Amino acid sequence: MIETLVFYFFAAVLVLSSLAVITVRNPVHAALFLVLAFFTAAGLWLLLEAEFLAIVLVLVYVGAVMVLFLFVVMMLEINLLKIREGIWAWLPFGALLASIMVVEMWIVLGSERFGLAGMIAPEAHPAGYSNTGEIGTLLYTQYVYPFEIAAVVLLVSIVAAIALTLRRRKGTKSQDAAWQVAVKRSERVRLVDIRPAKRAER
Amino acid sequence: MEYFQQLLGPAWPVVWTLVKIVALVLPILGTVAYITLAERKVIGYIQVRIGPNRVGPRGLLQPIADAVKILFKEIIIPEESNKFLFLLAPVLAIAPALVAWAVVPFSPELVLANVNAGLLFILAITSMGVYGVIVSGWASNSKYAFLGAIRSAAQIVSYEIAMGFALVGVLMVAGSLNLGEIVKGQHGGGFWNWYFIPLFPLFLVYMISAVAETNRAPFDVAEGESEIVAGFHVEYSGMTFSVFYLAEYANMILVSALCSLMFLGGWLPPVNIAPFTWIPGIFWLLGKIAFLLFVFLWIRATFPRYRYDQIMRLGWKVFIPVTLVWIVVVGAWMQTPLWLW
Repeated sequence: MIETLVFYFFAAVLVLSSLAVITVRNPVHAALFLVLAFFTAAGLWLLLEAEFLAIVLVLVYVGAVMVLFLFVVMMLEINLLKIREGIWAWLPFGALLASIMVVEMWIVLGSERFGLAGMIAPEAHPAGYSNTGEIGTLLYTQYVYPFEIAAVVLLVSIVAAIALTLRRRKGTKSQDAAWQVAVKRSERVRLVDIRPAKRAER
Repeated sequence: MEYFQQLLGPAWPVVWTLVKIVALVLPILGTVAYITLAERKVIGYIQVRIGPNRVGPRGLLQPIADAVKILFKEIIIPEESNKFLFLLAPVLAIAPALVAWAVVPFSPELVLANVNAGLLFILAITSMGVYGVIVSGWASNSKYAFLGAIRSAAQIVSYEIAMGFALVGVLMVAGSLNLGEIVKGQHGGGFWNWYFIPLFPLFLVYMISAVAETNRAPFDVAEGESEIVAGFHVEYSGMTFSVFYLAEYANMILVSALCSLMFLGGWLPPVNIAPFTWIPGIFWLLGKIAFLLFVFLWIRATFPRYRYDQIMRLGWKVFIPVTLVWIVVVGAWMQTPLWLW
């Protein structure tokens, strides 16, 4: 009973905030609504007893991805007039794309597979059941090769992204911290013993 | 208690949890108030001054005087700011700092929510604290505030990685994400069973990253009063400003508590023999937290502020490699008979 109420509350917030993401004008507000959407989605996953996924969703998407996203969006200069320019020219094309996507989603997520009949509510686990441990066991036994391949693909993309943006210009000055730390006093300071000169004879 | 249980019926669990939350949050806020005094006193003595000593005996009522003063100050909302987000930002800053306490155990029984994935929960919740800073910087519509927000976002995201890897080492050794289990895993003869010995590099990385995550000196470039006035909270006044202040100190207490739970044996006494075991565990935990908080103040009074590129270099080029290497070392070490923990 209470769980159903909580579900509908989270579902309503999720749907409304996702709608707000695509309807609000200000991109920073849109990004913040996306944060809210992720957070409520995590709440829904918690209701499904998928606490590991829920926490990781908050940790990765809310805690890291959206922070960087906001970081970029806040620095953009947004000219709304320029964005809305040509909306009528592109509208038919966009509508076509959107309807194709809706049909595709309907085929995949239609009521045949994801209806209430197809998706029986998971049975409640006893207290002390570790969702995290279960996922870890599955990932490192049954799905170890797909998991490792996914990890390598991600690593390659990181290296590629860094390699693409790394440009070395000639003549730039940079500091070498190891060298700065290793420097000795004798290399920098020369103590000179200056004796007071004798008063010149008049 | 049973009388209330019958009186409230089905609402009892909710009411009882609320009572426990209040019993947890009030001492934290009280501690926050007195840490501000401790900070001024400690830094005062380090700098051969006396510190506040006018209000009450030895200045002990200073935090109360400060609180009363700040309550009566005007809250100024800049004309061109985004008013809703401007007022939401302090809430976003303090809420994660208090929510994370839900899974912190004070003794084997004394914990609000004994969550299996407690460590992950804390990591997720504390990673949301940065929104307070970012949103305040953007909503203020001020260049200094915005620069502070940008600095803070980049810094916190960078140090979170090193901090996360340090926690990976802890959960490898403990074999559990539950904070209570992590402390129990350090049970044994005494302090040589605590995790800070096998995980010493991770312990150091965690402590320094914790200072950076809480935007404390010497990593307080988000405030950087000599360059960008006061950074993200330059436009805030009165109570809204002090909520940011509260959040910073609540975060300090939180990371100190986590550090003492994960590396310094939590509520376990340093040596497991008679005079030490007489003292209840919670006092050992509070003592360790107090010591780590003192280290925070000590660091602030000792080191000059880092330059921004040095902060980034330290986070990405020193801490992340150190943690990665040490995780591999610990993983290999644990497979050998030389592993004693």
